[in-house]
Amino acid sequence: MLEHLDRLIRKTGHAGIDAIWRLGYAGKFMFLTLIGSGTSFRRFHLTIREIYFTGVRSLIIIVVSGLFVGMVLGLQGYETLQRYGASSSLGVMVALALVRELGPVVAALLFASRAGSAITAEIGLMKATEQLSAMEMMAVDPISRVVAPRFWSGVISMPLLAAIFNTMGIFGGYLIGVVLIGVDEGSFWSQMQAGVDLRYDIMNGVIKSFVFGIAVTAIAVFEGYDSPPTAEGVSSATTRTVVTSSLSVLILDFVLTSFMFRGA
Amino acid sequence: MERTTLDLWVGIFIAAGIGAILLLALKVGNMSSFNGSNTYQIYAYFDNIGGLKQRAPIKSAGVVVGRVAAIALDPKQYKARVTFNLDRQYQFSKDSTASILTSGLLGEQYIGIETGAEDAMLKPGDTLAFTQSAVVLEKLIGQFIFNKAGSGNHN
Repeated sequence: MLEHLDRLIRKTGHAGIDAIWRLGYAGKFMFLTLIGSGTSFRRFHLTIREIYFTGVRSLIIIVVSGLFVGMVLGLQGYETLQRYGASSSLGVMVALALVRELGPVVAALLFASRAGSAITAEIGLMKATEQLSAMEMMAVDPISRVVAPRFWSGVISMPLLAAIFNTMGIFGGYLIGVVLIGVDEGSFWSQMQAGVDLRYDIMNGVIKSFVFGIAVTAIAVFEGYDSPPTAEGVSSATTRTVVTSSLSVLILDFVLTSFMFRGA
Repeated sequence: MERTTLDLWVGIFIAAGIGAILLLALKVGNMSSFNGSNTYQIYAYFDNIGGLKQRAPIKSAGVVVGRVAAIALDPKQYKARVTFNLDRQYQFSKDSTASILTSGLLGEQYIGIETGAEDAMLKPGDTLAFTQSAVVLEKLIGQFIFNKAGSGNHN
C-alpha cells in the first residue's frame, strides 16, 4: 500500500518536472527560431516554398468550409431573426459572427489539422531519418534552414486564410439569405456596413488570426523538432500537435475576446 | 534564381488574401469609426439615460455625427454624465438640445442632437445645457393608469 503511494508520488513529480523542463526547452527553441529567422527572409524562396505547402494547399478546405459555415449561419440566423421580425439584420449578424469569432477560430482549427500536422510529421520524419543531424554535420543550422521558414510561412498564411474564410462565409450567407430566402439585398449590405466597425471588429479579428497563426505553427514546429525519432514518436507528436494547438486556439480565443470585446 | 509555378500560386494566394482583407474593410466594415484625432469632446448631464450604451451613435437629423465615448454617474448631482465624441466637421450652437431616442420600438438607443438658434458654437470641453432624458416605459404606463383612475373618479 505504502509502496503503491510512493510510486504514485514519484510518478506525479516526475511528470511535473518533465512538463516544466519541456516548457523551458520550448522557450529556448522559440528563442533560437526567432534568432535564426534572418535566413527565412534573406533567402525568401525558402519561405515562399513553405507558404505554398501550408497556405496555398489549405485554400480549398478553407474556401469550401467558409462557404458552408456562412450558408449555415444564413439559414440559422434567418430562422431566429425572423421570429423578432428582424430578418433584415441577417447581414450584420452573419458578418459579425464570422469576422469576430468563427472566421479566425474555425480557420485556425482547420489550419492546425491541415497544415500543422503536416509540418510536425515532416520535421519529425526529417529528424527520424537523421536529415537534421546531416545538416548540422554540414554546418547548416537546421533551425534557421528548416524550422524558421515553416514558422514564418504559418504566421503569414494564417491571417490571409482567415480573411478568405470570412469573405467566403459572408458570400455564403448572402447566397442563402438574399438569393435563396429573399431577404432585401439593400438592407442586407447596408445594415452590415452600419454594424461592422473597421477598427473594432475587423482589426481585432485580424489580430486574433495572427495570434492563432503564431500559436499553431509554433506548437507544430516544436512538436516536430522534439518528437522521438521513431515511427511511433512521429505519429504521437502529430496527434499532440492537433490536440494542443486546437486547445490553445480555443483558450487563446477566450482570453483575446475578453480583452477585445468587453461588451461596454 | 528562376520563376517557378510555385511562386505563381503563392502570389495568387497572397493577392487573394490581401484582396479579402480589403474587401472586408471596404465592403463589410465602415471606415467612419470616429475614434481618431478628428473628433472633439463635449459633455451632457441626463436625469436618466435608460439603456444607452458606450459607442452608441449620436445623430443629427438622422446622420451619424459622433459616438458616445463614456458614461459615468456624477456623484454630486446624481445625474448621468455622458461624454460625446463628435466629428470635427460638424459644429453645433451653444443652446443645442441632446435627447436620448430609440430607433424603432425595440431598437438600440441613440442620442439625437438638435442645434439651437444661438450664433456661438460649442467648443471642445463644453457642457450641453439642454438635455432630454430617455423615456422609461414603466413610468409612462404608470402615469397613464394613474390618469385613467383619476378621471374615472370624477365622472
